Amino acid sequence: MIRESLMEVGRINMRMEELRSKGRAEDDQEMLDLSMEKARMLRPCVNLTAEDKVFLARKIERPHIDDFIKALFTDFFEQRGDHLYDDDPAIYGGIARFHGIPVSVVGHRKGHTAEENVAYNFGMAKPEGYRKALRIMDQAEKFGRPIITFIDTPGAFPGIDAEEHGQGEAIARNMARMSSYHVPVISIVTGEGSSGGALALGVCNRLLMLEYAVYSVLSPEGFASILWKDSSRHAEACEIMKLTADDIREAHVADEVIPEPLGGGQENPRRLYGSMDMAIEKNLSALMAMSPGELLRDRRRKFRGMQ
Amino acid sequence: MEKEERSLKTVFRTVTRKLAPDYVNCKSCGRRAVRKVWQENMNICPFCGRYQAMSADQRLSLIFDPGSRQDFNSDAGVRDPLNFPGYSEKAKKLEKKTGLKESAVTAFGRINGIKVVAVVLDTRFFMGSMSSRVGEKVTRAVETADREKLPLIIFAASGGARMQEGIHSLMQMAKTSSAVQEFSENGGLYISCLTHPTTGGVTASFATLGDITLAEPGALIGFAGPRVIEQTIGVKLPKGFQRAEYLHKHGFVDRIVKRQELKEVLYDILKLHEDSRGAFTEDILKGGSR
Ligand SMILES: [Zn+2]
Repeated sequence: MIRESLMEVGRINMRMEELRSKGRAEDDQEMLDLSMEKARMLRPCVNLTAEDKVFLARKIERPHIDDFIKALFTDFFEQRGDHLYDDDPAIYGGIARFHGIPVSVVGHRKGHTAEENVAYNFGMAKPEGYRKALRIMDQAEKFGRPIITFIDTPGAFPGIDAEEHGQGEAIARNMARMSSYHVPVISIVTGEGSSGGALALGVCNRLLMLEYAVYSVLSPEGFASILWKDSSRHAEACEIMKLTADDIREAHVADEVIPEPLGGGQENPRRLYGSMDMAIEKNLSALMAMSPGELLRDRRRKFRGMQ
Repeated sequence: MEKEERSLKTVFRTVTRKLAPDYVNCKSCGRRAVRKVWQENMNICPFCGRYQAMSADQRLSLIFDPGSRQDFNSDAGVRDPLNFPGYSEKAKKLEKKTGLKESAVTAFGRINGIKVVAVVLDTRFFMGSMSSRVGEKVTRAVETADREKLPLIIFAASGGARMQEGIHSLMQMAKTSSAVQEFSENGGLYISCLTHPTTGGVTASFATLGDITLAEPGALIGFAGPRVIEQTIGVKLPKGFQRAEYLHKHGFVDRIVKRQELKEVLYDILKLHEDSRGAFTEDILKGGSR
């Protein structure tokens, strides 16, 4: 388990930041020592278990949709609410430009602090959230904009109001409608992609996954508690579920894995954004060369072939 | 001496069990009735009126005209894409017990003469959970209805995803939803009938995409399981929460239909749509909407 090493790395990062802000020459030796210590602490991250990757995928410091939108897009115009009932802060999105091209971008929203996470309901969307995403995506279809979705959720929110407002229908409707678009759809699993709540934003032409992201039918805890009636067998579940980015690509569900810096995206966000930018650019230009009919057939064929 | 007594008791018990009529206990009120009585009463408890599960065979003989049923894709058995420990063995055991190779049964049949494609999820097989093969059979049934221009009726019943198939189970939600969408765009009629229990990945895919949504009395219908909700929000759930009647009240079910009326209600809906056809389809096709 890399938890301890990464906590130590976090402390080193903070100290280095502090020294850097002071900018004093006499701290140079300590900086050097710290960066060597950091490299040493990151060494175990070369070989990660599935459980380690689940840990990284959920890490609160991990870059989230707000960071991606700032780093990869310009002219972001946020769209709020489903215009039917409410705005769900667990989903974030709108119109933006990617390399100058107008696109619609939408995804689950997680925060970097406990307060933010409470405000965004930890990225667990309600039907209003899925319908907000649908509204954003339907407009992309109408105006011929490519769609880019960011997936990062522990699952759809299990609550009384969510059920009363048709959680199942909202997720199903999104998948059905996404399958019928004539514009390019690229989905990127950036953290934890759990259950139908993730797939509701994932019916795409190209599925990309960050190296330490995971994608699964249910959270490992839920999996263990359903199958073995024992949620503490979480580590075992992580291994058996085959949920890492490499596993998902091997299962022919993900098309591409985007490499992350050693220890995870939070250790070098700029490098991560660079890799993401390249991957999106490459896939988007390939898709934009296809006709609307081809894009629709390509997506239908992709999911028809899911065995 | 004691041993002998016990074995005599066992023999006695076995003999009486063989001679006695085959009793089935009600899962709700606990009272028991002879199996034949249950069957004649369409698996509705003769004492408390609670609906018990119907097998796929019972369901299809309830709605189809005698002799009209014609199964397709019936030999597709369970896949084991993750080589999940014990999964194939359990599937074999269930096959032996139920005679089913998977939980989805797909068939052609006639309802008072009108030909339809029907899908039934049988809960005796892995609680009707969504496996790769269930997704494939449902998808093929939707495609068959599309190709043959037949109405589609699906009786959903599911504990959710088939955990043992991991991500492959999840992807069936997208596959089936996409198939239903295409069928719908081509003007196909899909009647979804939600039976006890319809939850998880089946609720969040084809089951809630019907043009008409029916439900059986008392059926549990929802995305998240009631226990998960209670644990997450720490609040006691309202009475009747996630039951068919609750969904009817909240506008996600068009009508709750008793088994005694099921065939006639289905026929009425089919007939309304059959009679709608001639009036508009020609014009729409001429207009070249697609
Ligand atoms: Zn009873």
